[in-house]
Amino acid sequence: MKATGTRRITTYKFLMAAVFAVVLALTFSHFASAQGPTPTDDDVNRIAKQLYCPVCESTPLDVCPTEACRQWRELIRTMLADGKSEAEIKQYFVTQYGARVLAEPPNRLVSYLVPAVAILLGAILLARGFQMWLKPSPAVNEGPANTNPDDIPPADPYVARLEEELKKQK
Amino acid sequence: MTDSTTPAPRRGVPLWAQITIWVFLIGLLAVVAMGLRRAQQGTVQPGQKIENFALPLYSGYQLDGKSEIKLEDLRGKVVVLNFWASWCKPCEQEAAEMQNAWQEYEPGGKVVFLGADYVDTEPNARVYMKKFGITYANGPDLATKISQYFRIKGVPETYFIDQEGVLRYVQVGPFTSVDQIRSQIDTLLNE
Repeated sequence: MKATGTRRITTYKFLMAAVFAVVLALTFSHFASAQGPTPTDDDVNRIAKQLYCPVCESTPLDVCPTEACRQWRELIRTMLADGKSEAEIKQYFVTQYGARVLAEPPNRLVSYLVPAVAILLGAILLARGFQMWLKPSPAVNEGPANTNPDDIPPADPYVARLEEELKKQK
Repeated sequence: MTDSTTPAPRRGVPLWAQITIWVFLIGLLAVVAMGLRRAQQGTVQPGQKIENFALPLYSGYQLDGKSEIKLEDLRGKVVVLNFWASWCKPCEQEAAEMQNAWQEYEPGGKVVFLGADYVDTEPNARVYMKKFGITYANGPDLATKISQYFRIKGVPETYFIDQEGVLRYVQVGPFTSVDQIRSQIDTLLNE
């Protein structure tokens, strides 16, 4: 009887330990999934190179050595660890610091429409200009091709009269 | 007899195209000129009426329970607007002076200190404010709109705005004593 009781206690302890282990494992697995894997420097830089800090405007965030940029990279790392996507992180930076932090302008219709219209307009103007320059000048004289120049009356009445007099003298 | 001679059409770019090109070029030059002018202007100058702006405030650093403060809500009070950042070492030089000055003027209710956190991250900003015991209203300069309006050249910079919303003094760089801050505020309060 005593041995059976001891066995029951051992089984109870084992079950308790198993339940505790399962609860612990579930807790840690949930924590791990919430945190996500630790982002590497490459993960951080993949997003950082698409951003520019307003303090050091000409240097991409992934290679900028300033303290401000280091803080930004750490923020990206934290957000990645929190499971934020690349788009969410970029949107957060735009909201916080403005669209000028983006290496590429936001995908707005106007961003593409304005240059496209400008290029199109320029192309039309150029084509029109070339067309005008290359087009041969239409014939100045629309009269018959074999017309004797002497038969063409001059536009100036004085010249006409002069030519008339010269013809008479001939 | 009829005149069969017609004038030769003019070669070259048509008039409408010339006008378009010139308008475009003049517009482009105007934009470039405005940009250059703005770049050379420096900060907003004293005497200028400051346009209304809204500064969202960090939780724990609100003003009268408001999570966002507008300049026009502060008419009748002297506003000390300080641009700073946690990564800015010179800002640390004046952090204690700013807080001491705020503690002097807070009970009177005639002066408001606003901290505009420039290109900073909130966790670092909070560490900084805790480190220097800052208690006055503070918030992020979202999308750097306020700093762009004031055309700040760096941090720290502090702007003293009078009771009518007119900028009266600009401090570029850190204050080195509370007296410096006090003298500007007292001048405005005594008018």
